Amino acid sequence: MSIKVDQLTKIYGKQVAVDAISFDIPTGQIVGFLGPNGAGKSTTMKMITGYIPPSSGTGTVCGIDLVEDSIEVRKLVGYLPENNPLYLEMYVKEYLEFIAGLSGVSKIKPAVEKAIEMTKLTPERHKKVGQLSKGYRQRVGLAQALIHEPKVLILDEPTSGLDPIQVVEIRQVIKDLGKDKTVLLSTHIMQEVEAMCDRVIMISKGKLVADDLVTTLTKDGKSLEDTFRSLANSENHVEHI
Amino acid sequence: MLSIYKKEVRSFLGSLIAYIVMGVFLILTGLFLWFVDGNSIFDLGVASLQVMFDISPYILIFLVSAITMKSISDEKRLGTLEIITTKPITDLQIILEKYFAALTLVAFTLLLTSFYAYAVYNLALPVGNIDLGSMLGSYLGLFLLAACYASIGLFASSLTDNQIVALILSMLLSFFFFAVLGMLGDLEILDKIGRSLNWFSLEFHYNSMSRGVVDTRDLVFFLGFISVFLGGTKLVFESRKWS
Repeated sequence: MSIKVDQLTKIYGKQVAVDAISFDIPTGQIVGFLGPNGAGKSTTMKMITGYIPPSSGTGTVCGIDLVEDSIEVRKLVGYLPENNPLYLEMYVKEYLEFIAGLSGVSKIKPAVEKAIEMTKLTPERHKKVGQLSKGYRQRVGLAQALIHEPKVLILDEPTSGLDPIQVVEIRQVIKDLGKDKTVLLSTHIMQEVEAMCDRVIMISKGKLVADDLVTTLTKDGKSLEDTFRSLANSENHVEHI
Repeated sequence: MLSIYKKEVRSFLGSLIAYIVMGVFLILTGLFLWFVDGNSIFDLGVASLQVMFDISPYILIFLVSAITMKSISDEKRLGTLEIITTKPITDLQIILEKYFAALTLVAFTLLLTSFYAYAVYNLALPVGNIDLGSMLGSYLGLFLLAACYASIGLFASSLTDNQIVALILSMLLSFFFFAVLGMLGDLEILDKIGRSLNWFSLEFHYNSMSRGVVDTRDLVFFLGFISVFLGGTKLVFESRKWS
C-alpha cells in the first residue's frame, strides 16, 4: 500500500476537522479526493505530508509512519499545497533548483531539466515566477512537487482557478504522472474525477462517506454529481469496494 | 544541504535591503567618526574607534531588524512555509539556516568598517599606536550584540505575517534588551534587583567586552541569549502542530 491511514483524526479546539478516516491506496492509483468546502480534505492532506500531526490515529506512506519518521515520509511524497504558494521574485529555474536541493536531490541540474520537461515549462524557464500566467504558475507548483521523483503525489486542488484549456493541459500532465506514481488529488469538479481518476474517496464534515472505483459509482446510469450530492448530505454512509 | 541559507543570502543580495543596510551603516558610523562636531576623531584627538562602537548598537537595532523582518513573516504571507516545512528538513534546520544567512550579512557589514580601523591605525602617532585589544574586543562584542539582535529579529518575524509589524516588534525588543533593561536596573528603588536586571541587559555585556577582555561569562550570556530567542522561534514554528 502506498498510502494507508487508519482512524486518522484532527481536532481543532472543539471542532473535529477530520473524524476517524481510514483508507488504503495501492501503488499506481490516481485517487480523487472529493468533498464540500470545509469537509477536511486539506487537513487530511496536511497530515499525510507531515505539515501537521494527527490528533489521533495512524498513517503510513510506503510503510513508513507519518509521525515517527516524518522526514523519511517527506522524501517519498511530493506535495502541492492549496493555492499553490510560490516565491514570485525567483526565476523558474532558480526556484526549482532551490526546491531540488531542499528535497535532497543529488544531481540538481538534470532533475530540474526533467521536471521542466515533464510539466512543459520549457518556454517559460528563464522568466520570473511572478511574470507567469496562472496556468504556468500551476505547472511550476507541480514541477516543484515532483522534482525529487516521489513515489506519492499529494495535490490540493491542482486545477482551481485555471481556464478550460489550462485545465485540460494540467489534467494531461497529472494523468501522465499517474502512470508510475500514486496520486491523491482533491477537487470540486466531478468531470475532473471522471477524466482522471481510477477511484473516488469522498468525505463530508470530516467523515468518510464513500470510497469506490469511479466505474462502480457511475455504472447504474447515475452521474457522479448526483452521487456526490446525495452522499454529501447524508452522514456516515460508507460504501465499500 | 544549505539550500535555505543560499536562497536567503541570494535574496538579500538580489533585493535592495543588503545594500541599503551596508550603505547606511557605513555612512552613519563614518559621519560620527570623522565629521560630527565635538565627537569626531579630530576633535577628540584620540586614535580610536570608540565613537563608532558607542553609536553602532543603536544604528544596528534598526538595521538588523530590517535584515530579519521578512525572513519568516514573508514565507507566512506567501504560504511558502507550507512548502519548505513539508520537505525533508527539520524546523530547527530551517531556522538555523535563515539565522546564519542574516548573520553573514551582518558580519559582512561590520567588516566593511575595517577601512575606518585601517585609517585610524595609520593616523595614530606613531603609526599603529592604538589599543588593538580593546578594538578587537569591541568588534567581537559588536558582532555578538548584532547576533543577539538577529535572533530577536527572527523571533519577531516568526510571530506575524506582516514585515512592518515584525520590524517594529524587533526594534522594540532589541531596544528593551539593550538599553531599557539597564535603565531600569539603575533605578534606585530597585536596589539589588536592579543590579541583577542590569546584568541581563545586552549593554552591560557589550561594554564589558569592549574593554578588550574576553570574559567567558559574557560569551556564555550572548550565546544563551541567542539560544533563547532561536528556541522561541522554534516554538512558534511548532505551534502549528498544537491543537
